[in-house]
Parts: sequence; structure tokens; C-alpha cells
Amino acid sequence: MTADERFIYQAPDTDEEFGVRSEIITGPVSDWATDFSHLEPEWSADPYPIQDDLRQRCPIAHTDRFGGGWLPTRYEDVAAIAYDTDRFSSRSIIMGNFRPPADIAPIGGSPPISSDPPFHHHARKLLLGAFTKTAISRQEPATRAFCHELIDKLEGRDVADAAAEYAQHIPMRVIADMLGFPPEDGPRFREFVESVLEGINLPPEDRIERMEGLFTYLLEQVHDHLDHPRDDITSYLIGAEIFGQKLTAEHVTGAMALLLIAGIDTTWSAIGSSLWHLARNPADLTRLVAEPGLLPTAMEEFLRAYAPVTMARLVKQDMHWHGVDMKADDWILLSFPAANRDPAQFDRAGEVVIDREMNRHAAFGLGIHRCLGSHLARMELRVALEVWLERIPEFSLADPAAVTWSAGQIRGPRALPLRISAPG
Amino acid sequence: MKVQIDPERCQGHGRCYDLAPDLFGDDEEGYGQVLGDGTVSPDAERNARLAVVNCPEHAIEVS
Repeated sequence: MTADERFIYQAPDTDEEFGVRSEIITGPVSDWATDFSHLEPEWSADPYPIQDDLRQRCPIAHTDRFGGGWLPTRYEDVAAIAYDTDRFSSRSIIMGNFRPPADIAPIGGSPPISSDPPFHHHARKLLLGAFTKTAISRQEPATRAFCHELIDKLEGRDVADAAAEYAQHIPMRVIADMLGFPPEDGPRFREFVESVLEGINLPPEDRIERMEGLFTYLLEQVHDHLDHPRDDITSYLIGAEIFGQKLTAEHVTGAMALLLIAGIDTTWSAIGSSLWHLARNPADLTRLVAEPGLLPTAMEEFLRAYAPVTMARLVKQDMHWHGVDMKADDWILLSFPAANRDPAQFDRAGEVVIDREMNRHAAFGLGIHRCLGSHLARMELRVALEVWLERIPEFSLADPAAVTWSAGQIRGPRALPLRISAPG
Repeated sequence: MKVQIDPERCQGHGRCYDLAPDLFGDDEEGYGQVLGDGTVSPDAERNARLAVVNCPEHAIEVS
């Protein structure tokens, strides 16, 4: 056994005791301009008409839910907030009914996504090298082989669930490999993802129990790596230093939680939404099958139009901002999907134009928190679509009413039954 | 034509080295780097313009 006193088991999540809880308010939204909620089924099913309407009549919407928050829908406002780390903190990036205490900044619970300057720079720098396009290209052959294995399993089937049987498994397998977690733990990863991102309106005791389950699992993985060090990100984080000091246990497990959670359902959503679009738009499908060279361009358009990720910020101090009165600790629901459909920024913003050449979209965020895993996500999305289109060039929705979407800040299909041609 | 990257703006999205790999590469942290002195041959002008109009951070300048 390797002794590393940082990782002696302690009850996790002590900050849960010190943060502020707000009343849980659920149920139908009365007016999206004054009572929005990204956790209601209407939003999950189709948020775009809601966002388009708000952008015209109330471009910074408000809600009293979650203890108070704002929803900007113009590209210009979303970008301004993403760039303004002086006035908007990332100390929590999941809008819900719990605000961690102010002194958790600038590190936050899951660095670097939860970190503010100046600490953010150092926490991010530790991880950048593992996520460059060049580093990620080493994962491509295994990712491609795995996609083929998933399609092989669909042999003889007329209908397959592209979300549950294909999209979700790809990022799970890749991130498990990168972190050095057992690949068979995939079903547990799905539980963790749902707990963190979708269980926002559950009672606090349920949320705490679920988070403890995640951090207990991560500590088990840390101990396994202490006993058996190997060439992966977990061992790297255990040995990494900032300012000549080893990272705290909370930093190590927080960063692992981030990579695990953010690495899975985001890309799962992007792959699923792209296949959903192609299943409903046979002209686009036919064209992409005939012109595989167009895929990198089309993929950026899917990322723009169906951007899976919405972030959150907390307002640092009371202020008048772009016409509204924000209070300290108000949430900002930072909707990159809404920014990506702003007609002031994009021609034919509401249409999916698969050969769009000028596409300055913000699907991976803007500014210092640009998605660390964007090169990984792009590789996975490209390979997943290449393999699917090569093997199953003909498909359509088997039952439009059976398609379901995830709730909360990461949006993508969770059930996507497709009628498929025999896999080639 | 010459291209330049503003390192204050670049966040490592990598659109430039995806779209114009003859003109841009990545450094060890994924930030964009101009290859050589940034001179763009007439053949590469289209890719240079694509890189400019797809950089989410407006970090690429053409002169």
C-alpha cells in the first residue's frame, strides 16, 4: 500500500453544509420572461422557440426559481458574460437550488471549470496538454474500432436506439480509458451524470447522497491508482503540482469528477442530436453519405444548431447590467445554444445549413473556460458519425413520439429509436 | 497576404489548424500558432479566410 495522507477517507462535500439552499419550485412555467425553468419538460422537448421568443421580447429573462436567476438569449450578452470573469463567477456552473459558499472561489468544487482567475489558469494549464488535438488523435483508432463494435451488435435489427445503444457508449468508453477507470463501470457513470446534471430539483438529502456516491467511487479509483500507478490522467493528477505543492484531494477528485461528467453526456448528446437531425432530414442524409468530405463542415453546423451545453455563472455583486438589476448570487443561465441561434450573429440562424462555411459558433463556450475537451468531443463526434454513415447509410425515426430528451443544462436525445438499413 | 494570431484572444479552439493546417499548427497546450512567417500563398488564401471567419474568439488577423 502506498501511503498518501491526502486521500485518507473523509466524509466528502463539507461545503454542502455551508452553502445556501433555496426553495425547490417546480411545475408549469407561467411566463418564460419572468418564471423560466430549464428543468421543465417543455424546455427539454424544444427550447428553441422559447429562446427565440425571449430574444425578441425580453432578451434577459428572469426567474424567481432557484433563488433567482437570469437568462440572456442574445449572442452579444452571452459572449459578454463569458468574457467577464470579474463580475461573473464560475464557483458553481450548475444552476440549481444550492449555492456553494463564496469562499469556495477561486478554486471551486471541480477545477478548472469551477475556478475563477487567477487560480483558474494554473488548474487549466495542468490539463491542457492531455487534451490537445495531437494528444487526442492517439485515441482515434480505438474509438473507431469501438464504434464498429457497437454497430456490429445491431446486426439483424430493423430498429435500434441510437442514443442508448450507440451514442452514449462512445464517450463513456473513451473517457474511462483516459482516466484509467474500468470500462465495465459505464452504467455507474450514467448514474453519476444523471445525478449531477438532472437531479437538480431533488430534495437536498438525495442530492448529497448521490454526490457522496460519486466521490466515494472516485476515491476508490484514486486508491487503485496509488496501489497501481499507470499512464493515465488519474495517476497524472495524483502526482501533479501547482506552485510546487501536490494538489489537494478535493482538487484531484473534483477534476476527475469534471472530466467524467463533462466528458460523457455532452458528446453523447452531440452525437445523438446529429443523428436525430439526419433521421428527420433525408436530403441532408443523402448528401452527407454522397459527400463524406462535407462532414467536418456539417458537424460544426450540428454543434451550432444543437449545441448540447449550457453553463451557469453566479453574479458577484449587485449591479445594473445591460438594462437589468442583478443581485449578488443571482444565477446566470449561460445559454450557448441560444447564442448560437441569434439572427444578429448568424444568417438563417434557425435553419440547419450543413454546408455553412462561416460558423463562428459558441458551442464550446468563449473565453478562458473554452471547453477543455473540445478536441476530444470533435474527434468522437466525427468518428461516430463517419462510422454510422458508412455502416448504416439509410435510417429514419422509427417512432417520433418515442424520442426523449435529457433535462437540464446538457441537452440531447436519451431515447432515439431509428429504423435502420442492414448494417454494412 | 499574411496571417497573425492574437495570443491574448486565442483560447485554443483549434478552428484555424483544423481549417488551414498549412498555415496554422497547435502548441503543446493546444493554442494556435502561425507556421513560418505567416505569409499566405495565393492557393492558401481561401483557407486563411475560412480560418478568420470561423475563429470564435476573433483571434486571427489578416493583413
